[in-house]
Amino acid sequence: MVKFAVIVFPGTNCDFETVEAIKRAGGEAERVWYKQSVKDYDGVVIPGGFSYADYLRAGAIAARQKVMEEIRELAEEGRPILGICNGFQILTEANLLPGALRPNKIPRFLCKWVHLKVVDVETPFTYLYEEGEVVRMPIAHAEGNYYIDNPSKVRIVFQYSDEKGSITEEANPNGSVLNIAGVTNKQGNVLGMMPHPERASDRFLGSEDGLKVFKSIVEWMKK
Amino acid sequence: MFPQEEKLIRERLGREPNDVERAMLEVMWSEHVSYKSSRKWLKLLPTKNEHVVLGPGEDAGIIKFDDKTWIVIGIESHNHPSAVEPYGGAATGVGGIVRDILCMGARPIALLDPIRFGPLEKEKNRYLFEYVVKGISDYGNRIGVPTVGGETEFDESLDNYTLVNVACVGIMKPEHLVHSYVTEPGLKLIIVGNRTGRDGIHGVTFASEELSENAEEEDRSAVQIPDPFTEKLLIEATLEAVYTGKVRALKDLGGGGLTCAASEMVGKRGFGAIIYADKVLLREPGMTPLEVMISESQERMLFAVRPEDVEELARIFEKYELEWSVVGEVIEEPKFIVYWKGSKVAELPIDLLTEVPTIEWPMKEYKIEEEVGIPRISLQEAFEKVWRSPNIVAKRWIWEQYDHEVQGRTVVKPGFDSAVLKINEEYGIAITADGNPNHCYLNPYHGAMGLVAEVVRNLVSVGAKPLALVDNLNFASPERPEVYWSFAETVKGLADAAKAFNLAYVSGNVSFYNEIVDKPIKPTPVVAGVGKVKLSKIPKGPNKGDVVTLVGETKRELGGSELYRVLGIRKGIAPRVNLEVERKNAESILRLINASLVSFVHDLSRGGLLVALAEVAALFNVGMEVTIKTDMNPVEFAFSESHGRYLVVLPERKLEEAREITDLKVIGRIIGSNSFSVKINDEVLLWNLDKLKDVYWNTLYRLMD
Repeated sequence: MVKFAVIVFPGTNCDFETVEAIKRAGGEAERVWYKQSVKDYDGVVIPGGFSYADYLRAGAIAARQKVMEEIRELAEEGRPILGICNGFQILTEANLLPGALRPNKIPRFLCKWVHLKVVDVETPFTYLYEEGEVVRMPIAHAEGNYYIDNPSKVRIVFQYSDEKGSITEEANPNGSVLNIAGVTNKQGNVLGMMPHPERASDRFLGSEDGLKVFKSIVEWMKK
Repeated sequence: MFPQEEKLIRERLGREPNDVERAMLEVMWSEHVSYKSSRKWLKLLPTKNEHVVLGPGEDAGIIKFDDKTWIVIGIESHNHPSAVEPYGGAATGVGGIVRDILCMGARPIALLDPIRFGPLEKEKNRYLFEYVVKGISDYGNRIGVPTVGGETEFDESLDNYTLVNVACVGIMKPEHLVHSYVTEPGLKLIIVGNRTGRDGIHGVTFASEELSENAEEEDRSAVQIPDPFTEKLLIEATLEAVYTGKVRALKDLGGGGLTCAASEMVGKRGFGAIIYADKVLLREPGMTPLEVMISESQERMLFAVRPEDVEELARIFEKYELEWSVVGEVIEEPKFIVYWKGSKVAELPIDLLTEVPTIEWPMKEYKIEEEVGIPRISLQEAFEKVWRSPNIVAKRWIWEQYDHEVQGRTVVKPGFDSAVLKINEEYGIAITADGNPNHCYLNPYHGAMGLVAEVVRNLVSVGAKPLALVDNLNFASPERPEVYWSFAETVKGLADAAKAFNLAYVSGNVSFYNEIVDKPIKPTPVVAGVGKVKLSKIPKGPNKGDVVTLVGETKRELGGSELYRVLGIRKGIAPRVNLEVERKNAESILRLINASLVSFVHDLSRGGLLVALAEVAALFNVGMEVTIKTDMNPVEFAFSESHGRYLVVLPERKLEEAREITDLKVIGRIIGSNSFSVKINDEVLLWNLDKLKDVYWNTLYRLMD
């Protein structure tokens, strides 16, 4: 069985539903308080929320906790690391992913459903998607405006698009470079994404498109 | 406190209370804490039915959802603080009601925010609106409790003021119930969470008076400081502590601070307490015992635990990096004793704090209802005005700022009649909140009945069977005879309507003295309701070719309507509720939905039929063609706010079967083209669908950004 640690920092608030989504996808998952070790897990998910209340900068304090060193080692071993929303912010603050998440172009919190185009299906997180597939997931953040000086440093995985898959300015909810919604490192085993796949993993909640992220990792790990 | 109350206290005490005692008594005898002007009337409300596990009397009410699940619900107002400091006032309102739910042993899963302001044309009102929303957003989002609904209203009568009510819903297992009172002496009292500071001193006494012109400067220190980060940790730590089974009683420190929480916790079953006020962890030096006892610093919980369990629970608090200290103990003797550095600074009989005599104010009936002629205005013109009203347009500008998806339960999102939250793989709860001060102002009794009717309509429209209600009664000073009369009428209306639906009020809140510089607010009761819904039965939305039908009778009832409001007409006769018809129609709607006969149901309320039709078009991006023949004036028919009515959209082939359940009048059809056309007798309204949607979805952004 593939077993994930879902890290809980003080202020994390998407941990329960993320565990639920991984289980739905056929994996195992446990909430792990940030002071515990994650060494024995097959992969790590850093879920959304407001770790340390976004004090200093979103993700900045969590990125400097000891558990992040362990996560860095796991990442170097090639194990899958997924950061969702605040988790993505933490991954950039910890330099596990390049770039930064700036305040939204309209500088306030924005919770809405968006369309995403899946542009890289060679990663452990996306290999069950079709290339160019358009999916629906919700976003919920105030700092999701991804900036990177040289986009060739990352692999772009998800881009905000319209429902037909066109990458337009109108479809970009936060002003991110190239409509980026999610990127991985070059190796493809560390994914950061602003949309919440765990909130799109249940037929009653508006979409099951996000469940494929978790199914992909679980299946990939079994290979 | 009033002079006669001070006299009574002196008599019962046999001496003058000292300063600390006086401050504690002032807090406990305040209207906000004691409900002294309202208690007598609130007894009229039904509080029991087969769904109720725990009615009013503790921090929140509990309803049975199924054998393994209870639903906890409460509602609170934070009007005075929000009017003075909208961001902190609204945020701490959220924090307070969340802790009320938490202290029953439940996980908070949703918030509803009914909020009211003056017209947005004025900068001050826009400021209050923007920062109330931001306060709710920053707090609710950070603690990870989705804000899934509420309502927002703008009315001239609230110029420079705001009414901020917050309802919270929680979920729990029966075995985790913790009461807010102790049943044994010897327990240790522990405060967990934030340190105690000088914020919120005299918060409840300030909330029990009218605001003066200079309230913004004078009363800022009475508003508490929000800290959602600590609240989130407190939620997790408290639940983990509750799951040990070792918490004997639990209350949050809210209005009235430690004095209120501790005295109510021990006094309810006749015990007493010794408080060592100097053991309370403080945020700033130099605080006096008086300040410590009545500070309303937020994010603090009061636990009662057996001495041998203190250590185990302390380990949980420390895991979450929360500070805690033992501040006192429960004693057999019914006294409330406060020590400060070894000397006794207060000693009062517990019942002097917790049993406050009721007050009955003089009443004076008012009659302002009178017939008004039908306004001379075309259907086109009238719709143009009403459809652009901030009371009618979509509130997306607000709910986009709320994380309404966190926790992964939100099945029906904001913007519909009720929000629905998933509870298990088969069932969910529907929740909604409604107020209508314009109806209530014209006729408090029928206005109040109308709210209950509307709550029921909103619940059944998504397929939910109503389970229970909570009420938040926002009024001006009870010392005004007309206001006190309208309060009593309101409670009678709420009671009669709930009884007709066999519904009970499981919790509630009263907020008096809502006036600024001698300008009283309209009677503004708000009712929130919760229902149980089978997730697979929720109507999904209209389809092209469906017929649009109307259930219920439209009467000549424009009094208090949105049309009258936008036209500046303040008179009229409030719509009447026919409880028998209302109940029958609600049952029929549930039967239609459960038989899977309908595509969509929408209740008719503010703005009447025409607004309801346009909302369906705008919400689902569908064209519509409607033709109505009536004996009434077309404008009156289109905007009447008669109760008991629903729009039901369904496939034509199911019409016959549906008509075996209830009478559906076909009035139109969902069409593929990009137009919204309504013909009533000879009057025609024709709008392009894109324009209709643009006004609906974007008006609030244009007003605010």
